[in-house]
Order: sequence, then C-alpha cells, then structure tokens
Amino acid sequence: MAGLELLSDQGYRLDGRKATELRKLQARMGVFTQADGSAYLEQGNTKALAVVYGPHEMRGSRSRTLHDRAVINCQYSMATFSTAERKRRPHGDRKSTEMSLHLKQTFEAAVMTQLYPRSQIDIYVKILQSDGGNYSVCVNAATLAVIDAGIPMRDYVCACTVGFVDETPLADLCYAEENGGVSSLALALLPRGGQIALLQMDARLHQDHLETLIEAAMTACKGVSKVLDEVVRQHLQEASVLTGE
Amino acid sequence: MKDTPLSNCERDFLLKAIEEKKRLDGRQTYDYRKIKISFGTDYGCCFVDLGQTRVMAQVSCELVAPKENRPNEGIMFFNIELSPMASPGFEQGRQSELSVKLNRQLERCLRNSKCIDTESLCVVSGEKVWQIRVDVHTLNNDGNLMDAASIAAITALCHFRRPDVSTQGQEVTVYSPEERDPIPLSIYHMPISVSFAFFQQGTYLLVDPCEREERVMDGLLVIAMNKHREICSIQSSGGIMLLKEQVMRCSKIAGVKVSEITELISEALLNDRKARKAGGKCGFAESMPQDRITALKKDETPVEMTDVTETANGIIQKGEAAPQTVPSPVVPVPGVGQVGQGLQNSWGLEEDDEDDYEEEKNDNSGDEQVEEVTKMDVGEGDVVEISDSEEEDVVILNPEVPEKPKTTGSKSHQKGAAASKKRQKK
Repeated sequence: MAGLELLSDQGYRLDGRKATELRKLQARMGVFTQADGSAYLEQGNTKALAVVYGPHEMRGSRSRTLHDRAVINCQYSMATFSTAERKRRPHGDRKSTEMSLHLKQTFEAAVMTQLYPRSQIDIYVKILQSDGGNYSVCVNAATLAVIDAGIPMRDYVCACTVGFVDETPLADLCYAEENGGVSSLALALLPRGGQIALLQMDARLHQDHLETLIEAAMTACKGVSKVLDEVVRQHLQEASVLTGE
Repeated sequence: MKDTPLSNCERDFLLKAIEEKKRLDGRQTYDYRKIKISFGTDYGCCFVDLGQTRVMAQVSCELVAPKENRPNEGIMFFNIELSPMASPGFEQGRQSELSVKLNRQLERCLRNSKCIDTESLCVVSGEKVWQIRVDVHTLNNDGNLMDAASIAAITALCHFRRPDVSTQGQEVTVYSPEERDPIPLSIYHMPISVSFAFFQQGTYLLVDPCEREERVMDGLLVIAMNKHREICSIQSSGGIMLLKEQVMRCSKIAGVKVSEITELISEALLNDRKARKAGGKCGFAESMPQDRITALKKDETPVEMTDVTETANGIIQKGEAAPQTVPSPVVPVPGVGQVGQGLQNSWGLEEDDEDDYEEEKNDNSGDEQVEEVTKMDVGEGDVVEISDSEEEDVVILNPEVPEKPKTTGSKSHQKGAAASKKRQKK
C-alpha cells in the first residue's frame, strides 16, 4: 500500500505506538462456568476467547489414545463478524486447520502431558474481533485458560507477532501493518528458558535481519508474560477473597 | 491403510546411529540426497527425484475473472496431492494433517514471497486474468516431501510457457502455440525450502531426512530461502522447543544448500532448453534410461570403506575361537544317519514352576514319558519318527531282531506310536 506510512520519521506507527511498544493487553480468567478453564483476552482491538475442557477420557477415536501422555486437541475458529467484511468460514478449511495444528504443537511442548496418560485435553479458541496478530492472541488466551483449568504447564506460553520495516522491528502488529507487505514473524516462547515453541515467518526477509527480528520477538514475548503473570495473580487474589481464605 | 508401525529396535538403532553421527545411507549430517530433475514433453511438467522420493509438478493456465478485491492481479493456485501410490499410509480422501501442512507450507513459500509477478498475468483489468494452477503429485514417498515438492513447483513454474494474448478494446485473442510462441512467466526469484529434522529434544539435527528418519524425529524446521539469502518462510512443527542459536545455524546451512540447489535447477532448465532447440526428443519417456535392468537396482551407498579390513582383522583376532560345531555322524541303521543328539526340551514346561492346571502336569509327565521313550529307542538303535505330519503313524519294523525280548520291543514301539500320537495332539 503506497500511501500508508507504517513508521513515521519520528518513530511513530499508524496507531501512535513506538516501534517496541505492545498494544494494551486486558484479560479475564474464569468467564464461563461450564468449562474447566476459560479466559478472555484483548490485545488492542483483537479479542479472543479460549476455553479448555480436560483432562478427560478420550472421546471420538479411541485409537488415538497415547499410553504415556495426554492428547491435546485444539480447535481454532473465527467468528463471522470478526473481520471488516462478514465472511462465513466453514470449519474444515485449510487455514483454520493449519492454525489448530500450530496451536496443538505449541501446547504439546508446554503442557506437562506425561501426568495424564490416556486422556485428552481440549482447547477451543474463537476470535471475536480480528485486528492482526490472531495467532499470538490465541496462544496468550489459551495459556490463561489452561492455567484457569489447573493443568500444569512448564511455563507461561507467550506469543507475539513482530514485523520488519525500514530496518526496525515493530512489535505486536495490527491488521494494517500485517497486510502492508511487511515481513511478519510469529513466535511462541516459554520466557524463563528462552525456548521457542513455535516459529513462523512469511514474506521475504534478508538473512542478516533474522537475528534482530527474533531478538525483538523474544523481548516482546517477555513483556507479554509479565502482563499475563499479573492477570493470573490478580485472579487468584480475587478468588481467594471470595472463598474467604 | 495404516502404515506398518516402526519396531522399537529399529527406532533405537536409528537414534543410536544418529547420536554417533551416522546415517542409514552413509550421508553426512548436512548432505542432501542426489537430486535429479527431468521434464515432460509439455511445457510446465517437471519430475524431481530426491533420492528415492519422487514428485511430479504440472502447471496449467486458464483465463478467468479476477478476485473482487484484486482486479488487476492474476490468481495462483497450489495443490499437493498425496496419493496412496506414494505410501501405504496415505489415504484417498483428502485433508489428512500432513496434506494440510504440506499445502499450506507450499502456499506460504511461493505465494506470500511473491516470487511470480501476478500483475503481468492481467489481461483485461477487472474482467479477465490468467489463473495459474500448480499441481504437485507425490509418486513415491521416501521422506522430505516438502523439499521435493518445492523444487518441483518452482522448476515447473520456470519451465512453463503461457499462450500469448492480444487485446483489442474488450476483445481478447488467445493465440495457440503454433501461431505465436508461448511466453514464460515472469519470476522474480526462486524460493526453495530446506527441511531440518531434530532428534533427542533438539540435540541432534539432520538435513533432508529420509522416511525412516522422519518416523523417529521429534520435530521439523522448514526454512524457505532464495539464492539472494532472503528468507521466504520459516515454519517449525512438531513438539520440539528450539533455541535462537539453533535457528540461526539452520538458516546459515539453508543458505548454502539453497544456492547449490538453485544452480542445479538452472542447469537442468538450460539443458532442457538446448535439447528442445536442437529438436531432440524430450519428455518423461526419454528421461528413463533405456536398455537397462531397473528392477531391484540399487544405487551405490557412499560408505566409509578405508579401514574396513583392519577393523575386521582386529575383531577376528580379539574374538573367541568358534565352538565345536558338528559332531560326527552316527549311522544307527543302514540308510539312516543321525547327527547330534536331540537337545533338552527348553520350552519352559518345568515341573518346579507352575502347578496351576492338571493338564499341564499331565503334559509334563507325558513329555517326560516321551523323552524317556525316545531315549530308550535311540539307545537301542530303533528308529522313532518324531514328526508333525498328520499322516498315519509309520512304524518301521526292523529286519534284525534286537537282543531284547520281543514283548518289550513291541511295547516300546507302541509307546513310541502313542508318544507320537500324543505329540500330534498337541
């Protein structure tokens, strides 16, 4: 897009943020009573709901039971009203299947599945409003939901999408930036050990810039993890006040 | 059909070999298998052999109406077919996980990197554009379908020629290949994907995993680059956790490999162009070697052979002497030879262990009886047939009368017959 200036000379982006600033992150845990764990997360204008059921007995195909760990089953979907144009999305289409596979892969690395052999953990994520960084918001929301369900994890899984414009990495891309032909990299990180659970990049980027981009993504993810930690502690405090401990 | 599961000993063997930096086919850690590129008779048809992995890509084009939000851009469509021809594990119905993964990865590698100039595919803005369709079919799966598919797709796109068109106002004339030479697509760069397989929680990594290595791997990292060292896509899959240094190292290795492969592709395209100009025959049938027996043909494996004799001699010297094997044959009766004594029945039906069922006890005693009988018989020089045949018992009457009285002899015969009957029952 020719007219849009993704990074002005003074260093401000389209929505007035600086290059390394994240969008405003707000989250609530325990939003539904039926599910074992649930969370609602807003990152800027992107809103996602995550719901966790489990660990429970294998449903569906018994043949997929693993004898030594739990199977994680993820489903990603976007609401029809989530994008600017109302678009009906069939459930089995390639993009959502791919996204579900990525989520599954991310959480298989983080959740301690060895503690629940022969069981299944379901994670359902729905995007209510899409304004860029869909995958990252889903991962963050799902992390909170898994913590709300009480399933042990190795560490918080924090994700962030970063882009590269004019030799500067931009943290936490919004929709206009993502579609502006910017090379975007989505990274899911376990902050304490610095281990990358998922790395995904599209669009051209010169090899020399890769390191700076990954570094920027890891810093952004560590920032996200601080916010998520705050949210969890806050929720725990509220819950303990209500139960009178 | 489900794939035959990998046995534990095969899995352990592969993992142990990888720990010692050895691969099944003798390659080094960062080596690719032999890549062979050949073309079909039509423009846009390409076969790629990556070792034994075989894929075929075909490019076709069609005039269609453009998408509404992009009225002056052509449409690219990619499709990878995993047919049951390639591997028994692939099923006819689509949408298995692997199929989705490969399709999306190919799309991201080729479409998002904008390797093809889509605006040049526009004929009449808003009404008619070219839709380029790339179909990749897997013919044989020996691991690393992703790399083979990406090489095949980009080579086919480079090889393809679309019909020439001319517009007069709203009228579009498409010229057939006889009227005007077809023109190639305008390709900016050639993205090639390189796959890295991780083992033992990311400790060991291999480039271009073969099918067996793919089965035991923990995770896969696919990096698509072009020869200008621009990364077109990175995708990590599987439940592994990577470190930043590993990713950087892989990208450097990928850079080297991609430039080698791009050279190979350019050479193949050049050779094909020369062959077509010279009017020589070209196509799939021509690329198969003629007058050669290809069944059960195996390529030479590059294995380290320099110090094989010394190692072998060393092993022989250190090893123990071979045990005494063949005892001398015994001829109990003319026409019958016997080599070695029968061994003790070692099937675990020992008296000490179980006294669960009476049947087993009976069996035990039955066995012992049989053993006694056979021993007796052998000692006397009679012939006892211990066979599992369902035919009637064959009792051989000896021409010579043994020294023992006849009654005992016949008894032993009967016992022998009874014993063999008992054995058949079992």
